[in-house]
Amino acid sequence: MSADDHTVTTTGRPTNEPLVRVTGLEKYFWENDSLIDRLLGDDPVPVRAVDGVSFDIHEGETLGLVGESGCGKSTTGETLLRLQEPTGGAVEFDGRNVYDLEGTGLKAFRREAQIVFQDPFSSLDPRMTVGRIVRQPLDIHDVGSKTDRRAKVQDLLERVGLAADHVDRYPHEFSGGQRQRIGIARALALEPEFIVLDEPTSALDVSVQAQVLNLLDDLQDEFDLTYLLISHDLSVIRHVCDRVAVMYLGEIVEIGPSEEIFESPRHPYTEALLESVPRASTDERDRDRKTISGDVPSPRNPPTGCRFRTRCPQIIPPDDLEIDQEVYRAIMTLRERIENRAITLEAVGDRGEYEDEDGEFDVTDPDAFVADLKADILEWPVSGRHDERVTEAVMALASEQWDDAAEQLAETYGSVCERENPGLPESAHPAACHLHDVPSVEDDRYGPS
Amino acid sequence: MPSIPDSRANTEGGCEMIQKPLLRVRDLETRFFTEEGQVNAVEKLTLDIHDGEVFGIVGESGSGKSVTARSVLGLLESPGRVTGGELWYRDETFADTVRADHPDAVDGDYVDLESLPSNVRRTLRGTHFSMIFQDPMSSLNPSIPVGEQIAEAVEAQRRARANPRSVASRTQGYGLSQYLMSTVMGSRKYVKSESLERAVELLELVGIPDAPLRAKEYPHEYSGGMLQRAMIAQALAGEPKVLIADEPTTALDVTIQAQILDLLTELQEETGMTILLITHNLGVVARMCDRVGVMYAGEIVERGTLADVFDDPVHPYTQGLLGSIPDLEGIGARLQPIPGNVPSLLDHEMGGRCYFADRCPKAMEECLEHPPEFDVDGSSHHATRCYLAETTYSEARALDADYFGSAEPLEDAADEPVEPARSDGGNTEEDSR
Ligand SMILES: Nc1ncnc2c1ncn2[C@@H]1O[C@H](COP(=O)(O)OP(=O)(O)OP(=O)(O)O)[C@@H](O)[C@H]1O
Ligand code: SF4
Ligand code: SF4
Ligand SMILES: [Mg+2]
Repeated sequence: MSADDHTVTTTGRPTNEPLVRVTGLEKYFWENDSLIDRLLGDDPVPVRAVDGVSFDIHEGETLGLVGESGCGKSTTGETLLRLQEPTGGAVEFDGRNVYDLEGTGLKAFRREAQIVFQDPFSSLDPRMTVGRIVRQPLDIHDVGSKTDRRAKVQDLLERVGLAADHVDRYPHEFSGGQRQRIGIARALALEPEFIVLDEPTSALDVSVQAQVLNLLDDLQDEFDLTYLLISHDLSVIRHVCDRVAVMYLGEIVEIGPSEEIFESPRHPYTEALLESVPRASTDERDRDRKTISGDVPSPRNPPTGCRFRTRCPQIIPPDDLEIDQEVYRAIMTLRERIENRAITLEAVGDRGEYEDEDGEFDVTDPDAFVADLKADILEWPVSGRHDERVTEAVMALASEQWDDAAEQLAETYGSVCERENPGLPESAHPAACHLHDVPSVEDDRYGPS
Repeated sequence: MPSIPDSRANTEGGCEMIQKPLLRVRDLETRFFTEEGQVNAVEKLTLDIHDGEVFGIVGESGSGKSVTARSVLGLLESPGRVTGGELWYRDETFADTVRADHPDAVDGDYVDLESLPSNVRRTLRGTHFSMIFQDPMSSLNPSIPVGEQIAEAVEAQRRARANPRSVASRTQGYGLSQYLMSTVMGSRKYVKSESLERAVELLELVGIPDAPLRAKEYPHEYSGGMLQRAMIAQALAGEPKVLIADEPTTALDVTIQAQILDLLTELQEETGMTILLITHNLGVVARMCDRVGVMYAGEIVERGTLADVFDDPVHPYTQGLLGSIPDLEGIGARLQPIPGNVPSLLDHEMGGRCYFADRCPKAMEECLEHPPEFDVDGSSHHATRCYLAETTYSEARALDADYFGSAEPLEDAADEPVEPARSDGGNTEEDSR
């Protein structure tokens, strides 16, 4: 490919169309799916690693995919390259659905789209010389003569900053940064248009990471490459990417130009991520940052509605409810714990007050019990009307009426964020959050159980 | 009676640090005797750590951070050994306890831990010094409920206080050998219910929701962040004076990292304990530390207050490290990497020069002789192992660009920071040697 302007690509894709178009991509893994599980009648449980993501990647750009571990970044990258079969959705590369490709079409795709893996230590076969590793794709695709291939490999090694005479060495003779360069040379061998870079520098030290990032930048200019850069490191993403997609629990929650994402994030999760990164400067100690509490929920059983709602500091109270945001957040966390029955009732208070001789739950003074429980669980002081409401509901727990307590609270404090899935509208910088004007769908899993 | 080398921090510090340091590490040397040869993992390391401060050790992989931590704790395993240096710990009561049996190890209220027998030194573990690791599985036993393990730590610490010669608990310093032992024995040790209650309290203290329930769960039922909290709870069981945290957040996501850092800050403020924080993340150092030491090839190459090191670094390695990190606050210019790679630390490959000379853009003739530590302007704590503290760089004395070239055949030239402002980023060929 040359960098020349052209209006139509070889396959007839107009240039204003993206090089890669991902639509509603889904990848579920199934648990409890063994023969024994089926004989026992256990229903298979889907792990929704990637749950309906859509985005475009335009020719020559770098799209960043950022998110915390387990949010589905790598699975997205591998599934869109068809290294894994999708559960649903489509990926168009150069105008053609990748999952429909066969024969020569598929072979061409395998040449055009490459991947560089995270771990430079395990992604190279230790028994092969560097020359063979880099040459392997050329052999598989039967490119050029033997001498051509050898010359090509030497050229590639020099391009990535190694020496041509390294061809006969083995991976273990190289440092981490150098091995990552070998992986990059291998990915470049077939002159691809598009490379998925899956955490290409996260196993490297910062000084070496900087070498590799500069190299990737140079190669992009030189070979007109299009990148999908997967990383959990926001500084790397900002430094390298033109646009950024932020993932949370299998979904894209925000996507937009890099500058805008970092300067004016729109999704509360993006905000929280950016806030959390400690800056390497002496001002950092006094930076007043808002952190979010709680863990990422399991993708086996993601929260209804907005998946970030269990941690979101901005979760939306009902229209007619007058309430401080912190108080609301605290009550929502209490609700969560009641709904999951994640409160050890007999251990409320200073131990022992609500336990009989056999260690069973036993309340003689319900008012004291409720006061203790509120003190233990509520993360923010709740007073007035809301205190009355909470007290009334929590009283049901004194007689272990979990569902009753949960329902009472849901009635007053139910949020749109738990009832409706916020969609990602089509625009230059959408965020899937009810604070913005988004299409939304009722979540059919929601409902007092 | 031995005497402790004077610490500059005390003589010049004025009112800055009236308190004597809690720990004085002097010329500590740790070696690994491997088949490939002797590895100089820690080299003549000198440090003062003060009461209640958070001292950071930062450096890249293999620079000797973890070995330093283990050396301070006396937790080295074969083939590693501390081969030299002193480690003075200030604790009046402890000094009184050991004075009779080991007079040579005591100087005033300081005790040189390196000259104590290991069984005496072990009694400090948990109660005076405690450690948390990057990988919680290295200190938590997968086959025992979390609460029970912390209760065991509580009991072990109580025993240790009552009888300084008691043995460590089954879960303390948990490693593969202990793991094998516990699976073979498989028995469940009985822990007292009051210890269990204390364990639940500790779990609550470190922010584990529904601690009474979670105490009954096994480590694999915990998320990464929760495990890290549990390990901190375990480390706090003996109310240690010094907490050594080796990459406590490296395996965690940023939102969870922020939670754990806040927790450590909170605990430090509440208990006044001293924290030695080891990390490769300069942002974590900036967030947490009062003072910091930068490690390279087993040495502290620069140390000082956070401002000394971050705002006025003298050592070219410190400068390079700071220049390598992409900036979150702006797209910024091209990164300025340090060329080449970290050296191997094998004694026979180290040579007598400055260990950074082969990657240093300012290497000069004098650098062929190993630099001692020099004082630097700035706070009284600022010191560096680099001639640039005393001399300005001179072209005339500069070493040839490929002086070390033949020794480093794999060194990358494409990103030499000599011309960082390259505008085109085009042909890499022109940059290759
Ligand atoms: N058990 C061992 N046997 C031999 N050499 C060892 C051993 N443990 C550490 N070393 C060597 O000691 C040196 C310092 O290692 P150390 O683990 O302290 O580095 P580190 O700075 O903690 O690195 P990282 O950031 O990767 O954790 C390295 O060269 C390492 O190979
Ligand atoms: S939809 Fe609601 S819970 Fe989700 S991010 Fe927006 S405000 Fe927060
Ligand atoms: S002593 Fe010399 S070679 Fe070493 S860091 Fe300083 S200037 Fe560079
Ligand atoms: Mg380490």
